[in-house]
Amino acid sequence: MLAVQNLEVVYEDVILVLKGVSLAVPDGAVVALLGGNGAGKTTVLRAITGLLDVHRGSVTKGSVTLDGEPIHALDAPAIVAAGIGQVMEGRRIFSEFTVDENLRVGGHRAPRAEIPARLDRIYDLFPVLAERRRSVAGYLSGGEQQMLAIGRAMMAEPRVLLLDEPSLGLAPLVVQRIRDLIVDINRAGTSVLLVEQNANMALSIADHGYILETGKVVMDKPAAELREDEDVREFYLGLRQEGAASFRDVKHYKRRKRWLS
Amino acid sequence: MDLLLPGLLRGVGIGSLYALLAVSFVIIYRATTVVNFAQPALMILGSYFTALFAVQLGLPFPLAVLLAMAALAVVGAVTERVAMRPLVGQPVFSAAMVTVGVFIVLTMVANRLIGPGIIVVGDPWGIEFLRVGSLTVFQSDVARTVLGLGAVGAVGLFLKRSRVGLAMRATSLDQETALAQGVDVGRMFSLAWAISAALAGLAGMLVGTGSGGLEATAALIALKALPVIILGGIDSIEGAVVAGLLVGVAEALTRVYQPLYAPWLGANFDVVVPYVILMATLMVRPYGLFGTPEVERV
Repeated sequence: MLAVQNLEVVYEDVILVLKGVSLAVPDGAVVALLGGNGAGKTTVLRAITGLLDVHRGSVTKGSVTLDGEPIHALDAPAIVAAGIGQVMEGRRIFSEFTVDENLRVGGHRAPRAEIPARLDRIYDLFPVLAERRRSVAGYLSGGEQQMLAIGRAMMAEPRVLLLDEPSLGLAPLVVQRIRDLIVDINRAGTSVLLVEQNANMALSIADHGYILETGKVVMDKPAAELREDEDVREFYLGLRQEGAASFRDVKHYKRRKRWLS
Repeated sequence: MDLLLPGLLRGVGIGSLYALLAVSFVIIYRATTVVNFAQPALMILGSYFTALFAVQLGLPFPLAVLLAMAALAVVGAVTERVAMRPLVGQPVFSAAMVTVGVFIVLTMVANRLIGPGIIVVGDPWGIEFLRVGSLTVFQSDVARTVLGLGAVGAVGLFLKRSRVGLAMRATSLDQETALAQGVDVGRMFSLAWAISAALAGLAGMLVGTGSGGLEATAALIALKALPVIILGGIDSIEGAVVAGLLVGVAEALTRVYQPLYAPWLGANFDVVVPYVILMATLMVRPYGLFGTPEVERV
């Protein structure tokens, strides 16, 4: 189980971004982490994967553990080796490399002898990529690039896969396919922490969900309950009994929220 | 015609040396986006170590060259770890200034080691030449071409084909993403410095060959690589090779023809030619022949 306990993160030594966040990703589960822009979702992922340094951030309190072993003091390559894979926001594929080369970078820490077998497994999972293994990755469509980014992370055969907004900028049909792929990957035994603004998609596959607002977890419930929650329906799923949400409602919600958190 | 061919061959010889030096700059630039001004000092240390192993210790010349390159690789990796690594994340300009400091320090070290004398690297070819028909070719030019381009080719192949080479290229494209794949980015920086310093060391040996020897101040010949990397595009190995050969040939042909056709330009005009090419490139194609045009939104 991947567990984050009471995590506090500060950027540039002054900007407090996470104010005591706790969450858990049990083995085999899909956990959704929802929230608006600037809530701190990406920061949670950076703290787990050791990429805060790159952004001049640091963990000032709390811990990240994998099966009870603390990992927040390790550097990024060691965290990958420990079994945590990540698909960063905006896909971040190596656009000058071929599809094959991108996947091979993903397998950087894997035993050399296993690389061909792992490549075959990824190409089985993503037949689109198999067709284009020699093409330059920058010329793939957005959906294919997202699949490549996921495939690249899976080359390390992580126990926990972190996905940062995999639906961002993709057409609804493609989002469906990405969603199905995440389900497939999860069924094959990888736990998933899914960060999304597309709450609809995320809650449709998640077992459990967390809602993050300005650096705090304001809601922590099984996904089924979140889907039924009135506030979540209104402000994250965009569903409402009648009419559209007006500005006054939003203000009302904010007041209510302050109550909650 | 009897002037053209020998001129071309000399040009290819010296051009290969320039290409080798330019590639040594490009490798560090690609990994860290820093132009390493310490490269001339590394080159002259290469001459020194080759002389040390081949002449003073009397080892077989090929072995001496390999040992000198290995020694330089260690110097490069240590320099990166000590002087450059603390600057990761700092502005590139600061890092470039630190390389100037490293240049000064290493030059001092080299001066101390070499003293006021002349380095004789003990190359087996010296000023010998080959005769092909009516044509004479300096062996040093052959050595420069074969070893210079051979080393560059080997490094190119390593970057293209090997797993570590792939990780190095990934690092040069996007450090954060490379980290997220488990690539030890710091190690890639060290490796880039080691390879680059080893190439500079080989260049140091090649600079010292063919003539009676070399003084410590010959380090500045490495700065000829600057016009070459500007012409080739600072992030391209292919560009460095093509541009190195172009600059070398242009220089050699100027030396042959300028006194005949444009004597009013004065003596030794060929020394200026690389910089004329540099300025022309900057005006027409500032990112070089093979470089990546940089788009910056304001």
